[in-house]
Amino acid sequence: MKMLSMVVLCFAVLTASLFAGAAFGAEEISINGSTTILPFAQSTAEAFMKINPSTRISVSGGGSGNGAKALIDGVTSIAAMSREMKSEEADAAKANGRNPVKHIVAVDCIVPVVHPSNPVKDLTTGQLRDIYSGKITNWKEVGGPDKKIAVIGRDTSSGTYEVWNEKIMKGEQVTPRALIVASSGALVQAVAGNTLAIGYDSLGYVNEKLIKALSIEGVQGTPDTARSGKIVTSRNLFMYTNGNPGGDIKKYLDFLVSDDGQRYVAREGFVTLK
Amino acid sequence: MPNRGETLKLSETAPRAVITVIAMSGILVMAFILYFLTKEGIPILKDASITQLAAGRLWYPVSSPPLFGMMSLIGGSLAVTLTSSVLAIPLGVALALFLTEICPKRISGFFKITLEILGFLPSVVLGFIGMVVIAPYLQIKLELLSGLNLMNASMLLGVMILPTVATLSEESLHAVPQSQRDASYALGATRCETMFNVVLPGAARGIAQAAILGVMRAMGETMVVLMASGGAALLPESAFDPVRPLTSAIAAEMGETSVGSAHYHALFFMGFILLLITLSLNVLVIKIESRGEVK
Amino acid sequence: MKDTDHETRGEALLSALDNSGDACPIRPNYAVFRKFADWLATFLLCSSMIFVTVVLCAILFFLAAKGGGALSWEFVTEPPRNGMTEGGIITPIVGTLQLIFVSMCFAFPVGVVTAVYFNEYARGGTLKKSLRLAMRSLASIPSVVLGLFGLAFFCTFLRFGTSLLSAGLTLGCMVLPTIVTASETALANVPQDYRDAAYALGATEWQTIYGVVLPSAFPGIITGGILSVGRVAGETAPIMFTGAVFFAPGFARGVFDSVMALPYHVYVLATAGTNIEKTTPLQYGTILVLLAVVLGISMVGMAARSRLRKDVL
Repeated sequence: MKMLSMVVLCFAVLTASLFAGAAFGAEEISINGSTTILPFAQSTAEAFMKINPSTRISVSGGGSGNGAKALIDGVTSIAAMSREMKSEEADAAKANGRNPVKHIVAVDCIVPVVHPSNPVKDLTTGQLRDIYSGKITNWKEVGGPDKKIAVIGRDTSSGTYEVWNEKIMKGEQVTPRALIVASSGALVQAVAGNTLAIGYDSLGYVNEKLIKALSIEGVQGTPDTARSGKIVTSRNLFMYTNGNPGGDIKKYLDFLVSDDGQRYVAREGFVTLK
Repeated sequence: MPNRGETLKLSETAPRAVITVIAMSGILVMAFILYFLTKEGIPILKDASITQLAAGRLWYPVSSPPLFGMMSLIGGSLAVTLTSSVLAIPLGVALALFLTEICPKRISGFFKITLEILGFLPSVVLGFIGMVVIAPYLQIKLELLSGLNLMNASMLLGVMILPTVATLSEESLHAVPQSQRDASYALGATRCETMFNVVLPGAARGIAQAAILGVMRAMGETMVVLMASGGAALLPESAFDPVRPLTSAIAAEMGETSVGSAHYHALFFMGFILLLITLSLNVLVIKIESRGEVK
Repeated sequence: MKDTDHETRGEALLSALDNSGDACPIRPNYAVFRKFADWLATFLLCSSMIFVTVVLCAILFFLAAKGGGALSWEFVTEPPRNGMTEGGIITPIVGTLQLIFVSMCFAFPVGVVTAVYFNEYARGGTLKKSLRLAMRSLASIPSVVLGLFGLAFFCTFLRFGTSLLSAGLTLGCMVLPTIVTASETALANVPQDYRDAAYALGATEWQTIYGVVLPSAFPGIITGGILSVGRVAGETAPIMFTGAVFFAPGFARGVFDSVMALPYHVYVLATAGTNIEKTTPLQYGTILVLLAVVLGISMVGMAARSRLRKDVL
């Protein structure tokens, strides 16, 4: 019975802590959206909070669509998106009285990745398309060992998929045999644990010890090729705000694109704006 | 004191009324769940007909035009449920038989705690093991295309439903009167014959219920299939094909859709399908139970 | 009924014996065969239990071995830092406790009251039947479907947003049936004598329930509550869209803040992060802490329950 009263006591203390803090209203910024952007959104948020202790920034993932949805509903201050806002999303935002404003915060490119033991180094756009549409099913056909290819893709609604679909697939459907994983990190896990796998991921997620990035048409995914657009899969990463931002939101976004902020972008493996 | 009786009455009726009203919130919650799932799920029928949804094999929810064929997803759900049930239900019943018929009372408590702990393992932990440990192992050992597949997810789901099946079966085996066992032994039957000819048939109804509840859990489990089943939306042809059950499709795609889009409604419609399946299984359990009560 | 049951069973048994006798062509070996079958069944059943025990131990030992190194005082007292690659997990630990708290604030009173209604007030009829049906249906709903409901109802319709409140209430709906069942059992275990004695002393119905029945059922009710807390702590699917976030700057200071939660943190560490290699020890460490929380709470509940059973006996 003593134990039980301890439990009850703990709960009582918790309630107090729950409702006590709510009164202080330090400005809270919430960032919601693309899983691709999460890593540097979080580390810049941490760094920013160190400089401005009065500001609180929470970061949640779920996907670009989720970010747009949250901005439309007015439950987030910043929507992080790895693709541009679609026209229907912009319309929905307008209908809700919001005015999404685009900010480019980093550059990225998507690279095909394989297990480090795979001898293949380069694939053409056509080969990638054939692999993903299911026409090429053996590594032999693209200069590898005589083994089947395990095709791993992303959910059709992720921003990463959309870029891949537009730049590589060019409208062809990904084979239904492709394994689908729910996030950029899960893709790394899946490819790292499978010698036959091919996947595609944002440059920031490539970790040489676990997975190997392939070049596309002889172009390696590097910060330079991404910025110049030499690699076909380069893209910008965005943050959307409701109207032109002011106050702490503006300060955070300014920090993010400043040299200091971009250092964190680089450290997480993404490509800085300059 | 004309008031006293009235206050007394009030002090009786007030708690009764309050308690009844609060208790009804259970019905309210259930009604809300049905209402919201229906409300958000049904609009998909504007974009796709029932036959397209049920018989279409291609799940390309955001291509243009979008394809909302859920057959592969439903098939995936059924496949993992079936495989995990085949793995776990016999084992669960075996455990229950062991606990009631063979194991000495003194140590059965220990094994029951083992089962209970197994039942408390969070699904995300099992999913993690499937993704990080079992998948690479399966892929290399069996030279599969991918270790993230139907079998991987089903084994873990089996672990999840095993305690449910075992505990409930054990209860119903326990309820078989000792006198029946004694009668069987008196006729010269061995323990094995007693178990299979007397105890199991006597507890058949309870075991059936336990099995259905296990199936229900397997059907609705999310994290394990999200992390370990591979996620390819196709009808599996072998136990080592990747699958994309309904639950994992909902969990993976919900975050990425925009509210009110056809895709959003399609995902709610999947939730609606899952709800219908589990509710009808539930009705089945109640039917079995009430048939037992009629005397 | 009982007797005829016996008879039919006896007959069935005899015919079964006869059949198996017929099926066995080598008469003299029949006894050996039966003995062997008996031995085999015993062996198989024993090994099934051993197999399951070994599997559980293997899982636990594997996780402990992998994650033990990551555990330290800092790990459980510091917030995550540096894109989750450093620091600890105090934020998700507290978030999980807060979720437990909010869900229990809803589910515990409602669950107990519902049980009181079932056990003390309800007199059959459609209302009771439909409530019973609702509770059983609620118990059977897949957790991800509850997550969808939470998203549509709490987050969107009631405008709670993705918050502690939405996620806690969704979890509350999930454990409600468990609490009702546990409380009902506890209430049913209160001897009828207690009630009769209270009525004999002139207590009214409510006085009896409030003053006699509830206090004596209380330990059982609390035990049921603790056991369901274990489930709340480990669930991921219902909170994925309703309140758990990838990164929160600190503890939730109010019910409308979003939270980090341990099970979701495990999922996030394993599937989202540019540095999966660096976070591997953290992943196992977080899993260990999650297991410690879930199994710890559950074991407290189990211990309380076994003591309770001894008291009753």
